[in-house]
Amino acid sequence: MRIRLFAALAALCLSAVAAEARTVRWSASGDPNTMDPHSQNVGTVTMVLQQIYDPLIQRSRTLGLAPGLAVSWEQVEPTRWRFRLREGVRFHEGQTFTAEDVVFSIDRAKQPTSNFGIYVDTIESAVAVDPMTVDVITRVPDPILPNKIASVFMMSRSWSEANGATRPQNTRQREEIHTTRNTNGTGAFRLANREPDVRTVLARHADWWGWREEGTGNVTEIVFRPISSDATRIAALLSGEVDFVLDPPLQDLQRLRSAQGVSVLEGPEVRTIFLGMDQFRPELLYSDVRGRNPLSDLRVRRALYQAIDIQAIQRVTMRGQSMPTGTLFPEQVNGYAREEDVRLPFDAARARALLAEAGYPNGFEITLDCPNNRYINDEQICQAIAGMWSRVGVRTRLNAMPLGPFFAKIQREDTSIYLFGWGVPTLDALYSFQSLLASRAGGQQGDGIWNYGGYSNARMDALISRMRTETGDARQAAIREALNIFREDVPLIPLHHQMIPWAMRSNISIPHMANNQPYFRWAVVN
Amino acid sequence: MRAFFDSDLWWSFTRSRITVASAIVAFICIGGAFMAPLLAPHDPFDLASLQLMDAFTPPIWTAEGNPTYPLGTDDQGRDVLSAIMYGARVSLFVGFAATIFATCVGVLVGLLAGYLGGTADALLMRIADIQLTFPSILVALLVDGIVRAALPREVHDQIALFVVVFAIGISEWPKFARTVRGSTLVERNKEYVLAARVIGLSKAKIMLQHVLPNVLGPVLVIGTLNLALAILAEATLSFLGVGVPPTQPSLGTLIRIGNDFLFSGEWWITIFPGVALIVMVLSVNLLGDWLRDALNPKLR
Repeated sequence: MRIRLFAALAALCLSAVAAEARTVRWSASGDPNTMDPHSQNVGTVTMVLQQIYDPLIQRSRTLGLAPGLAVSWEQVEPTRWRFRLREGVRFHEGQTFTAEDVVFSIDRAKQPTSNFGIYVDTIESAVAVDPMTVDVITRVPDPILPNKIASVFMMSRSWSEANGATRPQNTRQREEIHTTRNTNGTGAFRLANREPDVRTVLARHADWWGWREEGTGNVTEIVFRPISSDATRIAALLSGEVDFVLDPPLQDLQRLRSAQGVSVLEGPEVRTIFLGMDQFRPELLYSDVRGRNPLSDLRVRRALYQAIDIQAIQRVTMRGQSMPTGTLFPEQVNGYAREEDVRLPFDAARARALLAEAGYPNGFEITLDCPNNRYINDEQICQAIAGMWSRVGVRTRLNAMPLGPFFAKIQREDTSIYLFGWGVPTLDALYSFQSLLASRAGGQQGDGIWNYGGYSNARMDALISRMRTETGDARQAAIREALNIFREDVPLIPLHHQMIPWAMRSNISIPHMANNQPYFRWAVVN
Repeated sequence: MRAFFDSDLWWSFTRSRITVASAIVAFICIGGAFMAPLLAPHDPFDLASLQLMDAFTPPIWTAEGNPTYPLGTDDQGRDVLSAIMYGARVSLFVGFAATIFATCVGVLVGLLAGYLGGTADALLMRIADIQLTFPSILVALLVDGIVRAALPREVHDQIALFVVVFAIGISEWPKFARTVRGSTLVERNKEYVLAARVIGLSKAKIMLQHVLPNVLGPVLVIGTLNLALAILAEATLSFLGVGVPPTQPSLGTLIRIGNDFLFSGEWWITIFPGVALIVMVLSVNLLGDWLRDALNPKLR
């Protein structure tokens, strides 16, 4: 009898353990190149850090705004936003979360080495009113501040000071500081083990404030493993070695949809793929043209644009999983105008004529820099474009590399022309214009922070500052005009908006997000 | 020439049908590869000639096949047959160059160790022993990794082909050195060597003019077999993405790229380069086997 009791007890314990451990083994092609929350404003980094760190305001399942570490916020004066903080929140290493940490985190995001300046550019200062209240004072009235704050992660002041990480890691200089490999957030998961490029293990933070809320999931552990080879990543999913693939290769979707035990979630992403061009140097770094910069000539930019057969790329390279575009952001973003979403038509003969007109009848040579594990089929897109340009006489050398060295390279402006993708976490046009097209010199923090082509247009700058302060119809009109300039001036060559299929074992359910972020706090493993 | 056709070697060659067949196949492979710019239907390196809309065309004998592309096209519309011919060129170049390099180093070390004996012998052979304990692919990976870390990317891309040759060659030389040393130990006490020594010839002269020609038989056999191994080693390195630069795709590179499309049903992109590699390595290997048997007096 006693033995049977023990056996029953043991079985009970075992089943309890089995029910408790809900591990999601997750894979994607690229690995985050840092764990510092303010150093790289890059989706690949955010997809891991958003599991660990919380912002004041978080994104809901429909990408709306929802209380995060702040329970409420209001614009008490035109230039003053007041945030009431959540009580009883602790960091993973035990520190209590207070207004001091908010002030510190916002200041940290404003540092010169930060890549998140775009989100805090209008902020004059953050002031702790009392331990549970913070006032954010802006230089100008900023109507979309909450949308921006929703992307700024909160760190512990005492932890950062104790570990010498009071400013973000400088990735441009390949610096390594404590936060490159260590984290201390308030989020749903804590970093249990980090081996760059090999394995990142996150464990459920049982004391997370949000677990009490409705609709949260049951994941206890996340094991992230980057697998850069498409075939290997899919083989791992099909064989049950991984449970969730963020970026399944497009060519395998057909097979995945019909595979047993695997499901595919599909939807559009708020991300636009384009080509950036060096337009500020008197001479290109990687070209055979001497003494002048062909890309600063609008005719050459249009020629390169019109040489691209986007329909072929959409049909063959993307297998239908993209939306070709002629504008800067997709329709989910405030300010989108369908009339401005018109591409220059594909016309190789016109492209050749434009090149001849600009003084390059025999074309020229150029190197296209391209990531090979950041965007969907990025290298293949670049190869296709290199072929199309070569056909109109622009002999293109392709330089494809992993995202780590790629970002470091373009952030040093060590490029002539590059493939890039831009997501809009704030879902507002200003974010794209300000980061990608504002002049950097003399501008505010965040202006032109990803404008590596050095595009500069006074009219565009004026419109951007109007977007920053004006509201209502006047603001929409400014966006509209800026979109028109974008179309006329071709500062970037737009390609398409991405579609993002996610593939997973059928026992996992997780809301599909248009910002391509898997929020494992909402994932359920059956 | 007549002497060659009268020789035992030629007789044993014509007697073996497999050998004749593999010689013909090897000849076609090598000929096709070296004449690629003349024979290939397309130039896979000419970006301007690629048509994206022709991408993923299956081989000619399937329903959607296109006669312009006998073995189909890859994801960029590149002709698979032409890519294989150009790829085989790179593979064979690396194979031959690495084997010649390994032979030169190995023969020299073997001669010195065998003829000089004593400390030189002990030292050189211990180095060879140490080298033999490492799998050759590991040595090749190591060399490649060190060069990659030491040189900037641009420089590395330019010399990558020679790095691969060096990496494979350096991992293969002990086999040659061991064999040559063994033969040299036998030859050095023969009367013609003693005679040469008595008339006061220098050591270098004896080694190169008298001993060397008599130890080359086995070297030829190992060299042929090693050629097949070197081609495979290069394909392995390129398959792992550390071999030749992507601008000069070898067969291994083609197999790796095609691998991404294996699950989606576009099998021809990876299978045909794979078949080409197997056929090439097998034919060279069979020739090497025959050569070994033909030159072995015990089997006559």
